[in-house]
Amino acid sequence: MQIKILGTGCKKCVALADNAKAAAQTAGIDFEIEKVTDIVTIAGYGVMSTPGLVLNDKVVSAGRVLSVQEIAPLMAQAES
Amino acid sequence: MNELLTWLNDQLLRMQWLSDLVTWVLADGLGLDMTSRVAGSVHFFIYDVIKIFILLSVLIFSISYVQSYFPPERTRRILGQRQGLGANTMAALLGTLTPFCSCSSIPLFIGFTSAGLPLAVTFSFLISSPLVDLASVILLASIFNWTIALSYVAVGLVLAVLGGTLIGYLKLENQVETFVFQSPVSNQDNDGQISRGERLTYARDQVWDIVHRVWLYVLIGVGIGAAIHNWIPESFIAATLGQDRWWSVFVATLAGIPMYADIFGTLPIAEALVLKGVGIGTALAFMMSVTALSLPSMIMLKRVVKLPLLVIFAGIVTVGIVVIGYVFNSVSHLLI
Repeated sequence: MQIKILGTGCKKCVALADNAKAAAQTAGIDFEIEKVTDIVTIAGYGVMSTPGLVLNDKVVSAGRVLSVQEIAPLMAQAES
Repeated sequence: MNELLTWLNDQLLRMQWLSDLVTWVLADGLGLDMTSRVAGSVHFFIYDVIKIFILLSVLIFSISYVQSYFPPERTRRILGQRQGLGANTMAALLGTLTPFCSCSSIPLFIGFTSAGLPLAVTFSFLISSPLVDLASVILLASIFNWTIALSYVAVGLVLAVLGGTLIGYLKLENQVETFVFQSPVSNQDNDGQISRGERLTYARDQVWDIVHRVWLYVLIGVGIGAAIHNWIPESFIAATLGQDRWWSVFVATLAGIPMYADIFGTLPIAEALVLKGVGIGTALAFMMSVTALSLPSMIMLKRVVKLPLLVIFAGIVTVGIVVIGYVFNSVSHLLI
């Protein structure tokens, strides 16, 4: 799975990245994680508030740090 | 009643107690001669730094709490439901509630434009957002007075509405980079419906983020303010930025453009300038130009709009600021 974290490098983005990694590892999903920090590229995803979470090139959340429990079902959905 | 209000204003907003406390510590504790220049600068610096940080933290906390009801997605929807001048006015008002950083203006610009909001509305929002925010209003009231603070908001909002409307009238949609229109509109349903606990956490995080981001600018701003306050001769300031110099507002506006600071760092400089006899309009023009027209945010905007639109935007805002400066200078006797 491709995980992208959209954010200009605030501590919330780091927290979201950690949670996403943890969720993927718990579910035993192979993943690549990438941090997108360029503001124009971020806006190119249609996201106005960071941090944003992108799974397999689909925006699943914006403006919030999701918990590991919240990310797990989104990953299951994105994998199917 | 009036006395009570004055007292509250003096102690809570102007923090007279803090000024007295700093004087006491410096004079009685350290034995400094408070009439000396060094002691005057040290007093200005310590008092202003503590005051701004206390106000900043309290204000950002309260405003972020309110702001958590208006995430950009909701703002966009509210604006999309209105038309004409009503939409511009609403954009200018919502602009006062949004985050303080000009770096957030790019995603908002793209997000608004790709969803089909007119440029007029988006620009009203973009002008108002850095220029007027609730924290700066209360800081203005603290440093100057309420009449000046409220007048500042009023003219800031008028500038945002008129500037946006004018840009809409000029039909400059072709001056926006095409990828902006092709950007997807995120379907994230962010309605601002979160629990109170989440709002409090959000507000706390915002205080941390913003203080973290601006503390250096505040220290530099207060440092410059302290230097102006006690070291730059009044005659020099009067000769360059004095009330009777017709060019003072121009100079202040132009000097502010390349500077990048947010309003919290600019206020102490404006405060020191006014104490030195600079017209209130000149000081406000300087503040507005530093916050609304910073070079870094122009460079960012350049990535989403073409040069003519950028120049028109900067031009409208500059002219607006200069006009506001002169108007404030000419009516300043009514404000102080």
